[in-house]
Amino acid sequence: MRAGNAEDRAAGAGGPPPAGPGRAGHARQKRVLEPAEIGRALSRIAHEILERTDGAADVVLLGIPTRGVPLARRLAGRAAHYEGHAVPCGSLDVTMHRDDLRLRPARALGRTELPPEGIDGKTVVLVDDVLYSGRTVRAALDALHDLGRPCAVQLAVLVDRGHRELPIRADYVGKNLPTSQREVVRVLLSEVDGEDAVLIADAVLPGDRRAGAHPAARRPGGAEGGRP
Amino acid sequence: MNRHLVSAASLTRDDALLILDTAEELARVADRPIKKLPTLRGRTVVNLFFEDSTRTRTSFEVAAKRLSADVINFSAKGSSVAKGESLRDTALTLEAMGADAVVIRHVASGAAHRLAGWVSGSVINAGDGTHEHPTQALLDAFTIRRRLRPCEAGAGPFPAGRGALDGVRVAIVGDVLHSRVARSNVALLNVLGAEVTLVAPPTLLPLAVGSWPCEAAYDLDAVLPKSDVVMMLRVQRERMSAAYFPSVREYSRRYGLDATRMALLPDHAIVMHPGPMNRGVEIAAEVADSARSTIVEQVANGVSVRMAVLYLLLGGAEFPEESGAGFPEESGAEFPEEGR
Repeated sequence: MRAGNAEDRAAGAGGPPPAGPGRAGHARQKRVLEPAEIGRALSRIAHEILERTDGAADVVLLGIPTRGVPLARRLAGRAAHYEGHAVPCGSLDVTMHRDDLRLRPARALGRTELPPEGIDGKTVVLVDDVLYSGRTVRAALDALHDLGRPCAVQLAVLVDRGHRELPIRADYVGKNLPTSQREVVRVLLSEVDGEDAVLIADAVLPGDRRAGAHPAARRPGGAEGGRP
Repeated sequence: MNRHLVSAASLTRDDALLILDTAEELARVADRPIKKLPTLRGRTVVNLFFEDSTRTRTSFEVAAKRLSADVINFSAKGSSVAKGESLRDTALTLEAMGADAVVIRHVASGAAHRLAGWVSGSVINAGDGTHEHPTQALLDAFTIRRRLRPCEAGAGPFPAGRGALDGVRVAIVGDVLHSRVARSNVALLNVLGAEVTLVAPPTLLPLAVGSWPCEAAYDLDAVLPKSDVVMMLRVQRERMSAAYFPSVREYSRRYGLDATRMALLPDHAIVMHPGPMNRGVEIAAEVADSARSTIVEQVANGVSVRMAVLYLLLGGAEFPEESGAGFPEESGAEFPEEGR
């Protein structure tokens, strides 16, 4: 049985910048998206957002740290370029709302920065790099609830790798990536990692620190204590 | 970070910066319409106060409540302590009621340290005798950083950004001998790279001050022009068993901060006081109410810093062998051994 606490993001808030793709723990990794493909996917998502929201008149793009934030900025830049008016964009840290906090040591917080006009009555588009279990998005919906009352919330992700554990789906997807749960999907962005790429690795090899979680954290269903 | 916060001297630079950065994010919660986060729901924080306190106890209470923890306030007056119950028995009683964290203030130096050996929850020192008051030092460092190194680029005299306090000159003035605030501040500010000078009459400097990581001076007027921060300490007459200075008036003339003295400070310098103030003794009213004074700000920052401490001690799992700081990056496949 799989632990119910799976991350649905390829990279998290606050951690140190990852090692490059040549890192020993990811010997068997494959590049599935090249920079140009990421660029085209983002351009398409920006067009889709404009199409579905009447030119993004009342749209606020909120990136989920770490890598959702530069993605949201890129989408905002593209939308502004196509449409000729600025699209507000910000960041939404969900750490304090996660359901798996008690499974690992307390982690550093990311930044929540709303555009000055706020989110009340707007269409909020949440932006993240990888959609996996859906738990990050659930946390984001909770975090949003405390900040205001958007008229609609949509979700844009660069990669959807499947294996949802909650009834959540993305409105805009850069690429659907069929994966096994053993695999690791990592999104690299030039703003954070120095280059653009989406990598898929076979599995985390023993000795990778991320595999060295505390035994208590591996208990099946260990996450249900988070938010009843 | 350790499981407990007993002493500022036990914090590494990374720990301290993690707390300050976390506090920086949590400070933004105070500007929101809903000033509450669900993070510590279902956890219990006991405020165990054997000494009088308004701001520290309230501050911890507000901080815990903003994180949705349940708070139990316990003061020695009107409790079984008045009937002669020992600290250990009181602590074990509270523990049996399910306290996840105990915030303790006690007249005896070392009380928090002893308590940490008795209870299984986290112990946070909110002042033990004349020993330490780590959260006060953290909120002072946070206040200095916010004022002198504003996050938004521009105004401050030091480079903008979130870093440490390297090169900031801090004068701590007054009753150092009885001050746990001074001890914690010397340790923490030193770890963060600030240059601390203690200024006090010789009778109010501890004998061991030579072994502390700071300078000591007797002449306030000579130190002020070279200070970015001046922190005034309260004259703690309730702890004084002998005459440490001839008269309050003489102390005030030589070590009190009035408007004339404040004018000696550089333009960007700030005036701090941990409170409660004796207006007219160590600090003149006009100084306390001036634009340089951060006294009210310190109280607001205290809530943010204590939220950060509670979150970092209680928010995650208890992994004693791992460090909370420098948390390794998350991955898509969390526990791959489980992939069956």
